[in-house]
Amino acid sequence: MLRLERRPTPSRFWQYGTPVVAVVLTMIAGGLLFALLGKDPFAVIRTIFWDPLFGEFAWYLRGQLLVKAGPLILIAIGLALGFRAGIWNIGAEGQYVMGAVIGASVGLAAYPTESRLIYPAMVLAGAFGGWIWAMIPAILKTRFNTNEILVSLMLVYVAETILAKAATGFLRNPEGAGFPGSRSFSSYKAASNPELIAGSGLHWGGVAALVTAGLVYVLLQRHILGFQIKLAGQAPRAARFHGVNPTRLVVFCMGISGALAGLAGLFEVSGPAGQISIDFNSGYGFTAIIVAFLGRLNPLGIVLAGLLMALTYVGGEMAATNIGLPSAAIQVFQGMLLFFLLGVDVLSNYRIRFLLFVKEAR
Amino acid sequence: MKRRTLLATAAIGLGLGLAGAAQAQDKTKACFVYVGPIGDGGWTYQHDQGRLAVIEAFGDKVETAYQESVPEGADAERVLTQMALSGCDIIFTTSFGYMDPTNNVAAKFPNVKFEHATGYKREHPNVATYNARFYEGRAVMGTIAGRMTKSNKIGYIGSFPIPEVVQGINSSFIHARKVNPDVTISVVWAYTWFDPAKEADAAKALIEQGVDVILAHTDSTAPLAEAAKSGGKVIGFGQASDMAEYKPSPRVSSIIDNWAPYYVKRVQAVIDGTWESQDAWEGIGGGEVGIGEITDAVPAEVKAEAEAMRDAIGSGAYHPFTGPLNKQDGSAWLAAGEVADDGTLAGMNFFVEGITGDIPQ
Repeated sequence: MLRLERRPTPSRFWQYGTPVVAVVLTMIAGGLLFALLGKDPFAVIRTIFWDPLFGEFAWYLRGQLLVKAGPLILIAIGLALGFRAGIWNIGAEGQYVMGAVIGASVGLAAYPTESRLIYPAMVLAGAFGGWIWAMIPAILKTRFNTNEILVSLMLVYVAETILAKAATGFLRNPEGAGFPGSRSFSSYKAASNPELIAGSGLHWGGVAALVTAGLVYVLLQRHILGFQIKLAGQAPRAARFHGVNPTRLVVFCMGISGALAGLAGLFEVSGPAGQISIDFNSGYGFTAIIVAFLGRLNPLGIVLAGLLMALTYVGGEMAATNIGLPSAAIQVFQGMLLFFLLGVDVLSNYRIRFLLFVKEAR
Repeated sequence: MKRRTLLATAAIGLGLGLAGAAQAQDKTKACFVYVGPIGDGGWTYQHDQGRLAVIEAFGDKVETAYQESVPEGADAERVLTQMALSGCDIIFTTSFGYMDPTNNVAAKFPNVKFEHATGYKREHPNVATYNARFYEGRAVMGTIAGRMTKSNKIGYIGSFPIPEVVQGINSSFIHARKVNPDVTISVVWAYTWFDPAKEADAAKALIEQGVDVILAHTDSTAPLAEAAKSGGKVIGFGQASDMAEYKPSPRVSSIIDNWAPYYVKRVQAVIDGTWESQDAWEGIGGGEVGIGEITDAVPAEVKAEAEAMRDAIGSGAYHPFTGPLNKQDGSAWLAAGEVADDGTLAGMNFFVEGITGDIPQ
């Protein structure tokens, strides 16, 4: 018989060890799944984890990892701040969409003016779009004590409706013959977010993700606000005695995560996506939740987790085209990662004892 | 022992992979990008049937690859690039939203042929577009719908307000009203191609409004599943695929997309070296749009009427958009006997007179 025994303090070893164990377990369970589907599990795992980094087309795919990881990292860092404080913003997807819509609106309103000021204005507008969308659940929570999980999640669907309205209506390309979708940003220099170094995949979004990771790391380690966030999450009562203002904390954490999600949306729409289209969003806001936990809610961990997640996407696509793996199998594989992470996480707070052994000890 | 077997398997796998790469030189590789899963039973399923037809037609001479559920946007561009890099000679991108990614990637790979379904942009000589005249099939479904409705309310689940979908709504309504002047149509926009839950919700909402015939322009069988729950009161049609599992009711007929002849023809052109950019738009006459069996749930005279409509369109004797027709606001569109031109149809962004509700914009 197994028994779980609570550790007096979370194990430091397991805190950092669980992501690694989770990845290994995912590979094993995923390998079994692939084998059951009649594919060679080794070939699949190699295609997912090795080929994008060191395979034949790595020169192209490495850059694509950055493209895919950039928004995930940016959003996940913001979410992690809130999660640490026990504030659950689940609606980053909606904030991402609103950042893109409002940021793109500013850029398209200036069309076809060429000015150096347009892109910075769009960036600000994008951050504002995400921020204001996150303020709705934040204010409702602090004023009326609503549940921010539900409100932020429901607002995703509202944002998607606004996106559809934008693509078919107020942002529609007037030269697009009635088809939905905005003007293309890649052909409008002042408002586009191109690759900074050709072939690297690095655009302003990637730069922003890395800079934010650094800033938030410092915030959490050195700033009083970082201390308050951690304290509020670990010991809410102690935090109150310590003079932490919960309202301020909610507004701050939701605001930052919303603004970062909005930024991610703006960088994406003006860069890789290239236009506002009806289904411009592809789930970054939700996947970022996995990334935040996989990265241990730590900014530097999140950078690694974001890259790993990007690897499963890019490698997963390779496996789908080259080996003929169904896309659902890849999604299951990604889901396993969170499942095992949460499962193995038990080890950082509990230790496993064999019952027989415990009896003897008594 | 066990470990050794595993290692040996891996080695064989590697060996096969390399051999495959070497052989790929003389085979023509046709690749397909799908917007939904093959198991949608509709749109993507039919495209995959087309892929299988290519394999059947050319056997060892071709190799195919595909990817399901590719989001329309930045991800599509990466998937297309990967396919082009991995040696695809012709790539079929099977959803409207792949339009810009297709053209962007085509610019970088001038030797790879790209075929984009349902779009209108051919910015490079290696991009062709193709579509089917689904509105021809809608005319037949509209005829059945107009005859079969008892509540005089028919419902239409639209995916996105793009011309292709608007054509279908207009064509359905024109022909329903032709046989039943009292008929009205309610349109619900689902803003998705494939989302069984959303499609089912849309169907439910329509049924609650008193609709007893549902047409859908989304990819799954969910609307039919919802109609099946009504105990025979509500009927619908197979969309994109035959959806025969809902026969004889609620599925009373279907519009079947048949991409196989086109795919075989275009792959043949690549093999022969005669491939050229073009815009293909075939319908019932060309075999791209098929009408599935009309079941016994439909009275014989209605069935005969629908089949006559099908044959008239197929032979070219009748065009579903023949005047006199007015636009929704009452302004004249087509004079008596006048036939809509393809340009107007391809950019159709207005409802015809009699339809209530707006096209979102």
